[in-house]
Amino acid sequence: MILDRYFENAWAILGLKLGAILVLFLVAPIVVGYAEHKVLAHMQARLGPMEAGRFHGWAQLVADGVKFIQKEDIVPRAADRFVFTIAPVLVVVPVIMIFLVIPFGPGGWWGENMDLGLFYVMAISTVGVIGVLAAGWASANKFSLIGALRAAAQLIAYELPLVLAAAAVAMQAGSLSLVGIVEAQDHYWFVLPQIAGFALFVLASLAELSRPPFDMPVADSEIIFGHMTEYTGIKMAMFLLAEYAGVVALSGVATVMYLGGWHGFLVGWIPGPVWTFAKIGALAFFIIWLRATYPRMREDQLQKMAWKYMIPVALANILLTGVFKVVF
Amino acid sequence: MSGYFWQYGTIAALSIFGVAFVAVAFLFNRLMRPRKPHREKLTTYECGIDPVGEGWSQTQVRYYIFAFLFVIFDVESVFLFPWAVVFERSRNPGLVLAEMVVFIGVLAVGLLYAWRKKVLEWL
Repeated sequence: MILDRYFENAWAILGLKLGAILVLFLVAPIVVGYAEHKVLAHMQARLGPMEAGRFHGWAQLVADGVKFIQKEDIVPRAADRFVFTIAPVLVVVPVIMIFLVIPFGPGGWWGENMDLGLFYVMAISTVGVIGVLAAGWASANKFSLIGALRAAAQLIAYELPLVLAAAAVAMQAGSLSLVGIVEAQDHYWFVLPQIAGFALFVLASLAELSRPPFDMPVADSEIIFGHMTEYTGIKMAMFLLAEYAGVVALSGVATVMYLGGWHGFLVGWIPGPVWTFAKIGALAFFIIWLRATYPRMREDQLQKMAWKYMIPVALANILLTGVFKVVF
Repeated sequence: MSGYFWQYGTIAALSIFGVAFVAVAFLFNRLMRPRKPHREKLTTYECGIDPVGEGWSQTQVRYYIFAFLFVIFDVESVFLFPWAVVFERSRNPGLVLAEMVVFIGVLAVGLLYAWRKKVLEWL
């Protein structure tokens, strides 16, 4: 941990760590959200936000945040008030907690180097679905309920390819620590031997995040906005924040697992954290690009793709990785 | 304090901190927002017409068999992770791999059986 070099007091280190994670959690989604506005707009031959902050609308999402915090908080009469309020917390907190273990650079650019890092990420990233289910149920709205049940279906279908792909990476690296996984990619990035795993992981994390083309839980042209239909103001903002922070977090985890983390190529003088953030940005751009390219899948197509294609491929990937490791 | 407990202490602190962050955001919202409740405003949204029946309507959960399969495979993956880390370092990696091949094979046959029984078809 890099702060250990400059600070003695453990409590000071803890406080700075939490502060740094919060700043990252607030800034990264704004950057990705702004990029989404702009990239989508230009892909559709529009300009996107141009007014806020004078220069190409860079402050659009800051202005949105200010607006959200002043909005009236409407809780429908039929809703379960307590669960309705708790649900956004359940969605946001797990995403903040993923950032604790992602290593950004060599020599201590991480929150904690946990031995169980990969397992921790897999576990914590699924908790948000409970919040989505709570939100959909507490809203007492038919669209919300359908959206929440779709989100649960998506978790059931895509958790397995995600976890099985991660297990193959753990075999390849011989470690569950995210720092250990990056260090194991010293000679070659795991995207080379684990190309199938990488494809599975990215697709499955898109489904977990309900990003297009797997955005059936929020499908805005059929079920309004899924579990977020009844939400307004700051609670709505929390859901959106969690979504974009989730894009950054899962891009970060995919970078660490497959794209070599802080390891660069060709030029040696670029520092590790710059590489990590560049790779996260590239993956986030790819995720935005998919939204502009593919139409939404159908719910039965989603289940079919997961159970009949992705899970068998993931199991075969584990066996092949095992054989590869034993033979070489 | 040992590093191990300190790590999990950090996780606990971060979860509390995360909740506190959301609570502060809600508090700011409470201080700054207008409050003008209205009967129409507080009705459940249903395409602009009056809601029909209850919000907690009966829903057919079409994927409950998938949920059973999910639990089986998820438990499998919990066994897989500790094995994945140590198998290469064991004295006879080939044998340890063969054991896992048998374990995954049994589950894969189960998946195949479910497939043949048309469980994996969406109703």
